[in-house]
Amino acid sequence: MPELPPAVRGFGVTFKTMFKKVVTEQYPEQADRFPPKPRFHGRHQLNRWPDGLEKCVGCELCAWACPADAILVEGADNTDTERFSPGERYGRVYQINYLRCIFCGLCIEACPTRALTMTNVYELADDNRADLIFEKSELLAPLLPGMIAPPHSMVPGTTEKDYYAGQVSGSVPEQEPDGDAAIWFEKQGYKA
Amino acid sequence: MTLAPHQTSVQPVDTVTVSVDGIEVRVPKGMLIIRVAELMGIEIPRFCDHPLLDPVAACRMCLIEIDGQGQPQPACAQTVTDGMVIKTQRTSELAKEAQEGVMEFLLLNHPLDCPVCDKGGECPLQNQAMTVGRPEARFDEKRRTFPKPINVSAQILLDRERCVSCARCTRFADQIAGDPMLELLERGAQQQVGIGPDAPFDSYYSGNTIQICPVGALTSSLYRFRSRPFDLVSTPTACEHCASGCALRTDVRRGVITRRLAWDDPEVNEDWNCDKGRFAFLYTADGRVETPLVREDGRLRVASWPEALDTAAHGLAAARGRAGVLTGGRLTREDAYAYAKFARLALGTNDIDFRNRVSGDEEAQFLASMVAGRRLGPTYSDLDHAPLVLLAGLETEDESPIIFLRLRKAVRSHGLRVQAISAVRTRSLDKLQASWWACQPGNEAWALRQIIDGPQGADALAGLRQPGAVILIGERLAGVPGALSAAAALADATGAKLGWVPRRAGERGALDAGALPGLLPGGRQVTDEGARAQVAAVWGVRSDVLPSRIGRSSSQVIAAIRSDAARADADSEPAVQALLVAGLDVEDSPEAGAFRQALDEVPFLVAVSTHHNEVTERADVVFPSAVVAEKAGGFTDWEGRVRSFGPAIRESSSVADGRILAMVADVMEVPFGTGDVASLRAELDSLTPSTVTRAAAPQVASSAAPTPESGYALLATWRLLLDRGRLQEGEPHLAATARPTEAVMSRATANSLGVANAATVTLSTARGSVTLPLAIGDVADGAVWAPLNSEGCALLGIGATYGSVVRVTGGAR
Ligand code: SF4
Ligand code: SF4
Ligand code: SF4
Ligand code: SF4
Ligand code: FES
Repeated sequence: MPELPPAVRGFGVTFKTMFKKVVTEQYPEQADRFPPKPRFHGRHQLNRWPDGLEKCVGCELCAWACPADAILVEGADNTDTERFSPGERYGRVYQINYLRCIFCGLCIEACPTRALTMTNVYELADDNRADLIFEKSELLAPLLPGMIAPPHSMVPGTTEKDYYAGQVSGSVPEQEPDGDAAIWFEKQGYKA
Repeated sequence: MTLAPHQTSVQPVDTVTVSVDGIEVRVPKGMLIIRVAELMGIEIPRFCDHPLLDPVAACRMCLIEIDGQGQPQPACAQTVTDGMVIKTQRTSELAKEAQEGVMEFLLLNHPLDCPVCDKGGECPLQNQAMTVGRPEARFDEKRRTFPKPINVSAQILLDRERCVSCARCTRFADQIAGDPMLELLERGAQQQVGIGPDAPFDSYYSGNTIQICPVGALTSSLYRFRSRPFDLVSTPTACEHCASGCALRTDVRRGVITRRLAWDDPEVNEDWNCDKGRFAFLYTADGRVETPLVREDGRLRVASWPEALDTAAHGLAAARGRAGVLTGGRLTREDAYAYAKFARLALGTNDIDFRNRVSGDEEAQFLASMVAGRRLGPTYSDLDHAPLVLLAGLETEDESPIIFLRLRKAVRSHGLRVQAISAVRTRSLDKLQASWWACQPGNEAWALRQIIDGPQGADALAGLRQPGAVILIGERLAGVPGALSAAAALADATGAKLGWVPRRAGERGALDAGALPGLLPGGRQVTDEGARAQVAAVWGVRSDVLPSRIGRSSSQVIAAIRSDAARADADSEPAVQALLVAGLDVEDSPEAGAFRQALDEVPFLVAVSTHHNEVTERADVVFPSAVVAEKAGGFTDWEGRVRSFGPAIRESSSVADGRILAMVADVMEVPFGTGDVASLRAELDSLTPSTVTRAAAPQVASSAAPTPESGYALLATWRLLLDRGRLQEGEPHLAATARPTEAVMSRATANSLGVANAATVTLSTARGSVTLPLAIGDVADGAVWAPLNSEGCALLGIGATYGSVVRVTGGAR
């Protein structure tokens, strides 16, 4: 078979490709069509108990495990009037610096209460550094139905052990925060 | 951890030869096996063992095998004998299994608290469970639990589940502090540390138990949940609260102090410190002066540094030769030295005094002749070895807590005899098994003279003549005429070592730095021409620049300002034109009222202060200065030992007093140097004398205390360790462990005053009164004791101080 001129031969590749499946993903136009895989390491989330209390106890084990020194945690005491988590201790300050995070997931492995997990959210770009340091208010999981925004009491008659044992399935009316707590909560800049 | 060497000279010791893990060593006879292994670098796990506590072998973690003994033995309680063959977990299967078994038992009931436990990250239990524990837990029953933490005191919390029953805390409380309020209660799985009903662990040394607890069972309200070890930047430092000179460690998280710990210094505080040094650091946060301030139209306003420096320099230059400097007792030695130098060079005056307390000329002379510029001594180690220690005008637990610990150690270890000339038989005297020589406040001089030539003194005199005997006197004797003269004479007559124990951390350093009207740095006298020449040479000035007349003390300066103001004619030159005041509190002064008025009246007032206070309020120029944690410097403890430290909060931009003075001097065109710590320290050290012509010891005749009329009593008083002091602000948990504010007197005194049945008594002076609950105790007859500066009992505020005569009435008035 006589050789086609090289210039024409080159178009063969083009021609063949026209009948192949397109692998290019159009981002951001068609982002929805290509969701990440379920185990993709995306932005972190601080989870809640079914009644809305936070799972984080402020132990700093995530910060300790982090190879990139991206996490800052400060623990504090829960009090009877200002309770954020079951038990004695909660994370008063929680920040993750996404300029440093390498999404290795060691932090979520270290978390003893499963408070910290990772979502699939990967859209983490911004035009300034400060906004890429996520505060606790940005990392906290959204309130689902049946959850009340802390601070509020534990479900009456339970201890923190009941929370860990899965005995608490949602909030009860007694936990509704009174006006004071709600105002305080707002002042802290939490988005309910 | 090391122990204080007990011999200053090397003495031959009996040795034995033992083998540990197959390695032969010769060690002193009677050493514990665990110490031998430590010296060899072989680590035996342990919980209860502590080198400064008596062995108990409570935890069984240190089990090892000794050839010829079937059972594993605790290494922390067995001493070595010649030819002993020891095998640790490294070479003995028996020891390894025994340790694994003990660890398994310890963990049976241990909670899974690590994430919420303060010890996590620095926990001997975590560490040793990893190194010698079994990798898998075999226990899946329900664990024993206790309700979460209980307060053993306002400051100290106990999580009983975490306790491994090592008895370190209880042994510390009993053996070291002598406050046996913590005890192991119950038996078996219910064994727990606890306190008696209504008997909280209010020991001045309670914080040490947190530090030595090998688990997180004991925590402090202050530090609970504050941080993890890896967050902290630790700096060795020296304590600013008293003249004991504790080595401490300050832990800082992102520019904020989170906790302080005792640091190991075998020569001084060993492994311990007091709760004030440990917990009182929050004062650094609030009420700080943040920028320079200048007075304009009668009001202070924020000013730039150059403006404030200019204003201060002009005002002070105009007052050259007619300015006073009051520095207080809290400055580092370098800063005090900077004031001493500034006074002489920039202000041309010797009117500088660090004593913002009861003081006097006799004391100044005493300090010049017996203390200033002297090298080390007497020391803690002298207390350790003394046959007899005589205390006069000094309540060790309140005024120098580490002296108390050292005395107690010597009492326990070799039967040191302590004698105390004191108005009150205090708890500390009981804990020292001291013989109490009841002495009315103001009669100390007489009592000291009695030892020299009185009939009852022969025994004490013979005791003090023994080699190594020590006399310790407190700063409060400055207010008792003749007492310091008598103490000096007694030391002279017996050959006993004489130690002067001031209360504030900076006093000894300020004395050695020359912050006194009659003294230049290094104990040199201002009237001594040769001494002036030496100092002038170091300062690089001609020696006739230095003023040669003895200056005025703080009370004389205050009096001079008052009389200036009282003189009506405005034309005559004021005797004091300007005052430079460092961070001191007016209310600490025994003449606070006059001091306040003097501050109002003095034509020009410059304050250098860390905090806003009564001085800054009245000042014409205020400079913000650095607190101890923010700067480098050093204190000189009561022994004369220099305790240098670096800045703990490195990110601070605050400036130390020395630098501020250098900047002012610069504007005044006075050759002062840069005023940085390193150069001030170098100058000061080069001025440490080899020989100095000293003033003679004071020879003030002693007089007896006045005999109070009926209805009146002599006041015995001092500051409790925990009280209203400025540097303890912001720590309510600490304040809650303070000793009660009460008036104490003997039953006989109460009867003769007719208040025996009263619940409260009122102590009054011409200027006011305080009402306190009454307690009956061992107090010299005719005297009443009350704290000098506690909540609801600010005695200086009513013009009462040690030895004052106060009116005592029953019930509230
Ligand atoms: S994912 Fe990795 S890098 Fe990111 S915060 Fe967690 S531990 Fe740190
Ligand atoms: S004491 Fe140690 S092992 Fe026990 S909970 Fe605390 S950190 Fe964990
Ligand atoms: S509280 Fe701590 S120091 Fe005290 S016995 Fe328990 S483990 Fe030992
Ligand atoms: S004894 Fe004195 S120096 Fe030591 S910690 Fe207490 S206050 Fe500080
Ligand atoms: S360390 Fe030896 S028994 Fe505790």
